[in-house]
Amino acid sequence: MLELDNVHAYYGQSHVLHGVSMAVDKGEVVSLLGRNGAGKTTTVLTIMGYLAPDPGTIVYAGANLKGLPPFALARRGFGFVPQERGIFPSLTVEENLTVAARTRAGHWTLGRAYALFPRLEERRGNLGFQLSGGEQQMLAIARALMLNPDVILLDEPSEGLAPLIVEEIVGVLRTLKSEGLAVLLIEQNLRVALDLADRHYVMSKGTVCYTGTTIELEHNERVLREYLSV
Amino acid sequence: MSLLRLDALNKAFGNLVVTKNVDLAVNEGELHALIGPNGAGKTSLVHQIAGQLQPSSGRVLLRERDITNERPEVRCQLGIGRTFQKNNLFRALSVRENVRIALQAKRGGWFECLRSTASDRALLAEVDEVLAQVRLTERLDRPVASLSYGEQRQLEIALALASKPAVLLLDEPTSGMSPAETDGMMDLVRSLPRNLGILMIEHDMNVVFSLAHTITVLYYGEVLASGAPAAIRDNPQVRSVYLGLGR
Repeated sequence: MLELDNVHAYYGQSHVLHGVSMAVDKGEVVSLLGRNGAGKTTTVLTIMGYLAPDPGTIVYAGANLKGLPPFALARRGFGFVPQERGIFPSLTVEENLTVAARTRAGHWTLGRAYALFPRLEERRGNLGFQLSGGEQQMLAIARALMLNPDVILLDEPSEGLAPLIVEEIVGVLRTLKSEGLAVLLIEQNLRVALDLADRHYVMSKGTVCYTGTTIELEHNERVLREYLSV
Repeated sequence: MSLLRLDALNKAFGNLVVTKNVDLAVNEGELHALIGPNGAGKTSLVHQIAGQLQPSSGRVLLRERDITNERPEVRCQLGIGRTFQKNNLFRALSVRENVRIALQAKRGGWFECLRSTASDRALLAEVDEVLAQVRLTERLDRPVASLSYGEQRQLEIALALASKPAVLLLDEPTSGMSPAETDGMMDLVRSLPRNLGILMIEHDMNVVFSLAHTITVLYYGEVLASGAPAAIRDNPQVRSVYLGLGR
């Protein structure tokens, strides 16, 4: 469904991605693992059109995404939960949720988002900048869901969240998977990643150094030790 | 005598109550963890202790001295050091320069601006000493922006330590860290000076239950429970509103 082939990317002069290839299918959760600085966030930013692959191709449902800006990707069904959350500070919680929502019958609605995160409903009239860090994280996830995405990219969704909420998010991602979404998950919480994902890409120095299923990764002590320090 | 004591602290933003009648004490050598659901008022409480927020009523006492009306920079001079949930560093400056600025701020004195710090050997030695405390010993002249995220979190603590605090407030020190970096951070916190009183917000329960002597649980701005880790772990209310069942 989503396929990256030999993607390179630069921040100015600095060569950050060195030929990343990976694929995510419908109904599949794929994790992107590796130490800080390995290129996980850059990979996701490149998929979302914040950086241009140079060279390399990113193909989604048969179409080349090269040169498309982030908003065009959002319209094509890409939901994105960025690491810095990107909440609109001067909009209310409800405005943040509805400003770019794509409505589709029977899918994510304001009601369902509030059912998932009751805390957001309690704070629906508060402005973005008045939220706590964890509330912002919930809002970023709910806002991506309100796009009713076909593909969702999450950059450390569990960061800063209470244990109970992390459990709920794991449950939601499982539901999304069963509904046929493609999920690409960057996650430092290895337990969450192993719990959720079908396959894993481990990155190091801007390239994919290991690919495997959960069972394969759990039994590969070398990769766990060298690249994930477990 | 407690190092830090909160006495009937209250804070509201309009109708939203973020702190409700909170009493809390941190003693010398104690690591006190503050946990609770997102939006329970944990960071707001730290803001009121460090002075970024003014409580609506109640008192903040440092060694029984009322500092409720002091400005943040004065509280820092008096011995309250803090870190932030998201790093607050001078990204274009080097690691050493970041710490040097914090040390100079602690020293104060307008004449500081008249001489080059490059010749101040005592200051430079002190910079490296603080960095060693947070286990940053290599590539100290690199710009902060080139550090790994985990190293930046360590530097964040170095800046707080440079003010020679009596009380250190840590806001999610391991957030965004890899498992290996989290282990390193736990070792670092364990190795901090014994006489410090530490108040730490943290969502990683492994970190909380390994390090804390006392745990206070906030829920809708109020203290839901406070006590030793074992008692908190077994508290059914805490399990249902925060810990969950699985992890």
